[in-house]
Amino acid sequence: MKNIMCRIMEWAIAITATLSLSFAVNAATPKNTFIMAKDISDIITLDPAEVFEFTGGEMIANIYDRLMMYEPEDLTTLVGGVAESWETSSDGKSVTFTIRSGMTFHSGNPVRAEDVVFSLRRVVKLNKTPSFIITQFGWNADNIDQLVVLDGDKAKITITEEFSPALVLNALSAGIASIVDKKEVMAHEVDGDMGYGWLKSNSAGSGAFSLQAWKANELVSLKANPSYRHGAPGVERVIVRHVAEPSAQRLLVEKGDIDLARNLTPDQVDGLTGNSDLKVQSDPKGALMYMAANAADPILGNSKVALALRYLVDYEGMVNSFLKGQYNIHQAAWPSGLWGAYNKTPFSLDVGKAKELLAEAGYANGFEISIDTLNASPFPEVAQSIQATLAQAGIKASITTAEGKTLWPMYRARKHQLILARWSPDYTDPHSNLDAFARNPDNRIEAKLTGVLAWRNAWQKDEMNAMVDAARNEGDLDTREQLYHEIQASLQLDSPYVVMFQQTEASVLRKEVKDYVSGSLFDLIFYRNINK
Amino acid sequence: MHLKETIAARIYASLSSQLRVLSSIALTLLLTFIGLTSVTFTIGRIMPADPVLAVIGDRAPQAAYDRVYKEMGLDQPIYEQYYRYLGELSRGDLGTSIMTSQPVLEDIKRFFPATLELSTIATLIGILLGVPMGVLAAVNQGRLIDHFVRIFGLIGYSVPVFWLGMVGLLVFYGKLDWVAGPGRIDVYYDGIVETVTGFILIDAAIAGEWDIFHNAVSHLILPSLLLGSFALAYIARMTRSFMLDQLNQEYILTARVKGASETSVIWRHAFRNVLVQLITIIGLTYASLLEGSVLTETVFSWPGIGQYITTSLFNADMNAVLGGTVVVGICFVGINMLSDLLYKTVDPRARS
Repeated sequence: MKNIMCRIMEWAIAITATLSLSFAVNAATPKNTFIMAKDISDIITLDPAEVFEFTGGEMIANIYDRLMMYEPEDLTTLVGGVAESWETSSDGKSVTFTIRSGMTFHSGNPVRAEDVVFSLRRVVKLNKTPSFIITQFGWNADNIDQLVVLDGDKAKITITEEFSPALVLNALSAGIASIVDKKEVMAHEVDGDMGYGWLKSNSAGSGAFSLQAWKANELVSLKANPSYRHGAPGVERVIVRHVAEPSAQRLLVEKGDIDLARNLTPDQVDGLTGNSDLKVQSDPKGALMYMAANAADPILGNSKVALALRYLVDYEGMVNSFLKGQYNIHQAAWPSGLWGAYNKTPFSLDVGKAKELLAEAGYANGFEISIDTLNASPFPEVAQSIQATLAQAGIKASITTAEGKTLWPMYRARKHQLILARWSPDYTDPHSNLDAFARNPDNRIEAKLTGVLAWRNAWQKDEMNAMVDAARNEGDLDTREQLYHEIQASLQLDSPYVVMFQQTEASVLRKEVKDYVSGSLFDLIFYRNINK
Repeated sequence: MHLKETIAARIYASLSSQLRVLSSIALTLLLTFIGLTSVTFTIGRIMPADPVLAVIGDRAPQAAYDRVYKEMGLDQPIYEQYYRYLGELSRGDLGTSIMTSQPVLEDIKRFFPATLELSTIATLIGILLGVPMGVLAAVNQGRLIDHFVRIFGLIGYSVPVFWLGMVGLLVFYGKLDWVAGPGRIDVYYDGIVETVTGFILIDAAIAGEWDIFHNAVSHLILPSLLLGSFALAYIARMTRSFMLDQLNQEYILTARVKGASETSVIWRHAFRNVLVQLITIIGLTYASLLEGSVLTETVFSWPGIGQYITTSLFNADMNAVLGGTVVVGICFVGINMLSDLLYKTVDPRARS
């Protein structure tokens, strides 16, 4: 009996070992395919009229050419995408775009001015979340057919609000200005949805890649467009593989089963630094981490308390420890590295100064307060550090962490005291951030300007509203930049925001991978030059 | 005439008995279904996560929020929302997932076979190794082999799956190169094999794509062994305990006194009597693997139903959560019914 049992066990172990050995694998990605591992669970749509998520934005940046765009060869200069040239009217209210000749969509259809007009009208008529980027020009479903029109073989747009032409062109470099193939999209229209149901998981662009497959929480597969206007991409296929667990990403890149790992922790990046098969690429991003104080709170509404909070953050300590390689100190509301950035960092941990300010505000013995933040690293760690430094000034902070879907409703309802959050620009004009941080035209609770940070924090200053409007409308670039510097300097000293850090993304690549370009915005990441 | 009446009466009795069984099954299914959906639906609606923000993002203006809130029917009383959901469900419509933009039914067809494939193989490993180990330990109570099985069972049951999965990957994939890494298949094979059953091994075999079959097996080995080790630990422990109980019964002593061989005593007498209990244990293990392998699926980037439900829950994607829960619930009921049927096969008393 024992012999039989022992023999069964031996066989089982032997079979398992043999199976394992016989299925041993030699890892290496095909030379014509670029594979990256990333947490792609945030993708909920790939329709450019609706995409407002990081990974989705990155995908459509590689599938669609936009009316205006930044190219991977020069991420700082705004150039024409589908537009070959453009002409602004003398009053700055109209722009006429000449479309590049000879461009084709992935379907083979030519790219025409009619497609440009259709694409912009479609965004406004569908009225999805990111449409505000262009509806702020005064466009709506009722007037868009008159304001975005065909002008011979050109596309002409007219705005009804006062806006700097530079801002208009910058906004037209956002994802919503992706030009879709009208014929292809309308061929899939159902019940007047302008192809919305179909385009969520298909593509109809003219970019460097076409969408081969999107399997939610599994992968996105892109196929090179050999007739792209800049020439065929360096690889024939790009696969973005969903790997949520950073440790698994690390193993995959070490073994050569992927070419790029996107979500490694700072410790893991450090651990791979000496690996001769790999290289680390650090790219500054536009995402800012900030702490906001609800001005409706009787204590936090005191400007001296808000100022004291700025001196109760250990900026240096955090970036030199658990945020190392992941965030840098940045204390203005528009990120460094972009036009209009304000790089002064006047604050450091100074408990003495903070205590003085708190005493002047009448809180020499501190107070009790709550900090709400996301439950994903590094937010809880940053909250704990702030909790410790607040305690040095007698402020007792309690921390609550939650998923975004739980945290944001509270923020949008002004139910927080202190909140630790992040913000990324939607396009590369300072107006994108400063309109949200500084401008609050109606502070009443019933106004429900829930998308505006200043409103969420119950903070309103008429002079700041006027400054943001003036900068938005200013035509002269130098004057405009100066205005944005002044707004940021003012926000730094007197506002509910303690802007602390700017993100840096550390990616780990196989050493043979070249020309992966990752710009400051989430949708300025380009695959077309990648080769290996 | 009398004979005919007797036969008719027997047929009638048999039919009415089967009808009773079927009614009982239908009632069980209906009650389970209503219980599952009502509780999950209510929890989904009262939890603080906001499903509207899952659709429009946190920066959307209030007008967009209000529009989508209405479109999703959230402005209706909860009982009306539930009633409408049941109506759609009765037409086989589980709704559309926010996260994937696909009908939930399509998502389940994609994710569930991955979990079923993994869990089935893991359960088979658990049965094939766990049962003999449990019997062996019971027969050798107090000896080295018994201690080994008990310690193995303790470790298998108490070591965190997350840790064991990472260590397994590090050693067998990272260092020894014996198996493939995370994922169900190497991504460059994706889309080559036509989906017929959703089981990658079967589909690859049907298509005659043996390279892909080979690759899928190499991906399957480690997670199925890991999950299997948990099933094995539990099954071995329970088998040992049941067997010990039986081996101390008087009928075993009688069998031995009558001169039955040790093999016969163990397998024909003792083991046959633990089968009913074992079927329950195996059924429960299988069902728990089907819905509870979230961590394994996360570590191994396995696109299964556990990960689908969990991610959906974090994203307030309630259609997906409800759809996944209904499927898992049906599996539980199905496995329980299968266990009942098996009882009747192995235990004559249950047939009456």
